[in-house]
Amino acid sequence: MGAMIEIQNLEKRFGDITAVAGVSFNVERGEVLGFLGPNGAGKSTTMKMLTGFLHPSGGTAIVGGHDITADPLAAKRLLGYLPEGAPLYPDMTPESFLLFIAQIRGFSGAEARRRVEDVVGKVSLQGVLRQPIDTLSKGYKRRVGLAQAILHDPQVLVLDEPTDGLDPNQKHEVRALIRSMAKDKVIILSTHILEEVEALCTRVIIIARGKLVVDCKPSELAARSRWHNAVRIDVEREDAPRVHRALGELPASSVEELEAPNGCVSYLVSTRDRRPILNEISQRAQNEKWKLDGLHVEHGRLDEVFRDLTTAKS
Amino acid sequence: MRNTFVLFKRELSAYFTTPVAYVFICIFLLMCGILTFYLGGFYDRGEASLGASFFQYHPILYILLIPAISMRLWAEERKQGTIELLMTLPVTLPQLVLSKFLAAWAFAGIALALTFPLWVTVNYLGDPDNGVIAASYLASWLMAGGYLAMGACVSATTKNQVVAFVLSVILCLLFLITGVPAVGDLLGAVIPSDTLVDAIRSFSFLSHFDSISRGVIDVRDLVFFASLIGVFLFMNAIAIELKKAE
Repeated sequence: MGAMIEIQNLEKRFGDITAVAGVSFNVERGEVLGFLGPNGAGKSTTMKMLTGFLHPSGGTAIVGGHDITADPLAAKRLLGYLPEGAPLYPDMTPESFLLFIAQIRGFSGAEARRRVEDVVGKVSLQGVLRQPIDTLSKGYKRRVGLAQAILHDPQVLVLDEPTDGLDPNQKHEVRALIRSMAKDKVIILSTHILEEVEALCTRVIIIARGKLVVDCKPSELAARSRWHNAVRIDVEREDAPRVHRALGELPASSVEELEAPNGCVSYLVSTRDRRPILNEISQRAQNEKWKLDGLHVEHGRLDEVFRDLTTAKS
Repeated sequence: MRNTFVLFKRELSAYFTTPVAYVFICIFLLMCGILTFYLGGFYDRGEASLGASFFQYHPILYILLIPAISMRLWAEERKQGTIELLMTLPVTLPQLVLSKFLAAWAFAGIALALTFPLWVTVNYLGDPDNGVIAASYLASWLMAGGYLAMGACVSATTKNQVVAFVLSVILCLLFLITGVPAVGDLLGAVIPSDTLVDAIRSFSFLSHFDSISRGVIDVRDLVFFASLIGVFLFMNAIAIELKKAE
């Protein structure tokens, strides 16, 4: 059997504008794929084609063996989708809305009720079931949106910015929910939040200007950073000149003075080939008895990698 | 079939979870009453019928009221973004178009049925031809369906409900006035071909409505309304395919 999702040379043009210019990748069961890219890069458009809302201008997506353009109904049955901003019917209550979704997903009677109850428990909606959706907070609305996406226990879950606009607690809850479902599904989620990718995803894809620019593990993404394996040293001000001189003598390294608050001086030491240099520095610090306040290894700055990959170059 | 029914049920109940249904029904019944008793002179006529006093005003009444139902059908769905939710569920576009239309048509039917006190009244006061009244109700409902199909199609082309309302009123008006004799004469003076003028006039709701509500249920009139609804629903589906991405 092939991959759960095969995206083949997907293209979308709106008039003269090319929103998605030939994107291809596969996703296997058990993967949580983070879909990154600046606004307008084609993330949402790709997701809209994958879920069968938009017809591709070229190429296709195959979900569980069903071509989304040739057999959309079969593909849509396997999919759960949370569109961007989690649109809902404001006048319905979560209960009637979820019951509607259950029925349209083919469940009826007691089974439909059981499914709704089940999913309401999963996303903790018990308290607001009979309130019009219009009157719910943003966090609850997002949960209703998630509930409708997972109600039929889909094999493929596509979430367009699931945590956008939520407060830190709500973000945490949504992430925990996504993580709990990750094992036996394919999950594709788009986000702007880079730490979310590290926290949730097993794989990350970055698209920019409609093209795929990176496809790797989140840790590999961090390793692309100029600062990967760099070391930050906080020293007391009186000791700073001596330490600065010593750091300058390290082979193939560059030293940058950072802004530091409270009477300390911070240096960021990195090597050109991003090799680990912590040992060398700590050795020297011990031998020469530097007055250190802190010593940290940087793993790389995702936002910087993101900027590098998605700007310039064109 | 099952999907269409589930969608239909949601659509129809949506009217009643908002004030839309109650406001609409109240205004509709109020207007019917005013037109029948004041303009129609229901009592002064001294005849046991509803044709001249009640049904005669429906074509005009619907021009304002039916677009008020149809304007939100797709425009609201696109504005809220719920169209994306709807169209990624395992349902087909024809099912969506049909269920929305049928729910709106059923709602119009409910409003129309609530005018039954008038029917009770004429039966109490006199001895009307109930066959003609039944045919008139059918004609009125078919006409509502025609207007609704046009309104649904217009609603699919815009995100703005006000725009949808205004355009629908104009479109409905066009399909009405071509049947008014004065407009017919005007068309005759401007367009040299008599066949063309007749063709345009035959598209008017007025002549088809009149002929059914006289009590003569002609297949041609039924075919007219059915095919008109079919054509506009087809265009509705096309409009959604073209516009949904925006």
